[in-house]
Amino acid sequence: MNKIALIIQREYLTRVKKTSFILMTLFGPILMAGLMLIPIWLGLKDKDIQIIEVIDDTRQFINQFEGSNTIQFYYEFKSIDDAKKSFYKDKYTSILHISNTDKNTTAYLYYKKQPGLSTVSKIESTIEKGIKNIELEKQFNISRKQLDEIQPKVTVKSVSIDEAGLEESKNVGVSTFLGFGGAILIYTFIFMYGIQIMRGVIEEKTSRIVEIIISSVKPFQLMMGKIVGIALVGLTQFSLWIILSMGIYSVGMGVLASSNMNQLNFSKEAITNGMSSESENEISEHKIEQQINEMFSQIPITKIVIAFLFYFLGGYLLYGAFLAAIGSAVDSEADTQQFMMPITIPLIFSFIMASSVMENPDGPLAFWLSIIPLTSPIIMMVRIPFGVATWELLLSMALLVLGFLGATWMAAKIYRTGILMYGKKITYKELLKWLFYKE
Amino acid sequence: MTFLFTLILFNYICSMEILYVKRVYKTYAEHKALHNVSIHIDKQRIFGLLGPNGAGKTTLIRIINQITGPDQGEVFFEGEKLAPKHISQIGYLPEERGLYKKMKVGEQALYLAQLKGMSKNEAKTKLNHWFDKFEITNWWDKKVEELSKGMAQKVQFITTVLHEPKLLILDEPFSGFDPINTNLIKKEILELRDKGSTIIFSTHNMESVEEICDDIALINKSRKILDGKVADIKNEYKTNIYEITFEGNLIAFTNALWTGFELLSTEKKDNRIVAKVKGVQKDTSLNKLLATVLNDINIIAVKEHIPTMNEIFIEKVNEVMPDDLPEEVN
Repeated sequence: MNKIALIIQREYLTRVKKTSFILMTLFGPILMAGLMLIPIWLGLKDKDIQIIEVIDDTRQFINQFEGSNTIQFYYEFKSIDDAKKSFYKDKYTSILHISNTDKNTTAYLYYKKQPGLSTVSKIESTIEKGIKNIELEKQFNISRKQLDEIQPKVTVKSVSIDEAGLEESKNVGVSTFLGFGGAILIYTFIFMYGIQIMRGVIEEKTSRIVEIIISSVKPFQLMMGKIVGIALVGLTQFSLWIILSMGIYSVGMGVLASSNMNQLNFSKEAITNGMSSESENEISEHKIEQQINEMFSQIPITKIVIAFLFYFLGGYLLYGAFLAAIGSAVDSEADTQQFMMPITIPLIFSFIMASSVMENPDGPLAFWLSIIPLTSPIIMMVRIPFGVATWELLLSMALLVLGFLGATWMAAKIYRTGILMYGKKITYKELLKWLFYKE
Repeated sequence: MTFLFTLILFNYICSMEILYVKRVYKTYAEHKALHNVSIHIDKQRIFGLLGPNGAGKTTLIRIINQITGPDQGEVFFEGEKLAPKHISQIGYLPEERGLYKKMKVGEQALYLAQLKGMSKNEAKTKLNHWFDKFEITNWWDKKVEELSKGMAQKVQFITTVLHEPKLLILDEPFSGFDPINTNLIKKEILELRDKGSTIIFSTHNMESVEEICDDIALINKSRKILDGKVADIKNEYKTNIYEITFEGNLIAFTNALWTGFELLSTEKKDNRIVAKVKGVQKDTSLNKLLATVLNDINIIAVKEHIPTMNEIFIEKVNEVMPDDLPEEVN
């Protein structure tokens, strides 16, 4: 036992002390925080505000165009020719010209800077709605006010009812995000650190130190010491990343927020000017806050965290055992290809399947993939935020534990023979034979 | 009475014998690695385990190191059945040996010593002693990849003997050593024996061990074909051929030989003659040869032609090796 601790200690310390580890640990969060912050920064910076001059020959669209953060509409009583003439002197970024209210009319948008697709479609739907209103009034004598009064606003809220009759509403968006995020982390962890196990075993084999060590400890102790030591390295790196990322992210957000205060105020003003009422704005802000709180109260956070840690380690141990066995069977990393295939396929497959599973988190595909140990670490992680029956979760966990025990047993057998085998081209048949060698 | 006798005998065996390999068999898939091999190794001896590549030496060594187990047969360490607790009393320098390239020399030596069950402090003290002795103190913080092959071999040797094992197993210890380091290590091996260690010395290079081994076992094609004290074996396989260099009359010399010796060949060098003669009687000796010819010639030099281990090995291997010898019955 003491010897395993020594091995774990060596595997851990030699890796943690490496310059590459320190650099990765420091720059990883900067990179990650950057990935999170840059889009926000770019979004704030490049927020092109389209200021559209509306030239409406029909006079039917007064106050019909609703502005937003990015588009402002100004209704001008000018002829189109005048507007075009003074276009480059004015503040407007484009001119919208509506000449008639025919059913299949064409409106023109003259611009200095190409407007986005969403701007165009917004204008289209506003005009369509306007024409529809005009027709309604003309043909059925329904006023615009009457129409606004009966305008319905519908939201669909999905609520699950379990056998005990407990109702629970879930937010699909956040679940998707959490599930997928967890799956990506597990996938990355298994790959990054699993490969390190394999490399470590190959290193011991090619440097020929392995026989010296296994004259002091059992091959199994050496293998497990390596797997556990590298797991600890991974956990260290991940925790440091999370702490540092959070730190950098919050600092960055602070900086961005203060520097953009003025801009935000400005755009609020603009919105107010541009036909949007302040009270409405406040209401929507309040609503969003409420929604976010609601979202998180609906999601079983503790369950997710525990399951994440379990599948994180379980998946790593399962694949780590296989990769250790591969490392022991080959003479160099170049020879690993043929054995890597069957190991990486289920991993990549489950990653690809993750999106279909999210579409139908309780379907048979989702069920089976989250039960089978090779795919369960990723797929179960995707399913949990959507809610999984306890028996399914327990079954999947039990099978994963059995899976990695079995994999470790197999790996130990292959490892024991493989580490002392040099200069031999290893086939699957050979590996199978090793499984049945006596000690 | 019988009990007492057994006890005394047992103690006697224990005190003399460090290792007893008893009728060991080991087969890998289709390949027979060891077939009915038995070996006794006495304490404080240097025991040569000889044989060509692939004979089964390394397999036997791995069984003694408990890296692998025998299919049949047993191994006893100081009279006890070999068990994991004996690991700390065995030092092993494998043929395929190396060190972690990226690790510092001192750190690595400490790690390997701790794996053998030493405490960190104890290991440090002893390492300092050995590093001083080999004059390599300034290597402590060097990475192994910065060392030359010979330098790394020195470090490996230190890590093998550091925990003062009762039994030291060296598999091809001199491969990769330059002559200076070879001598250094040879000296250390002899010193360790004199301090009480027993050394198993495995090699396919028969010449290199003749001078250093007390006992040997020859292994060929998974079987032990010869073992015993080096001196006894040489005596047993001596050819009774002598080479004598003299000045004088060849005819007088030939006549003097009489019936006791047979002249094999002669060679003339300037005014000297080099002759090879073979004793035909059982109790022949160099003294007898000298006594026979002393009065007739002027002797310049004389030596007995002693077969090398290599010659003995070849002779032994070329004897018809029946593949299915009746199994040894105890």
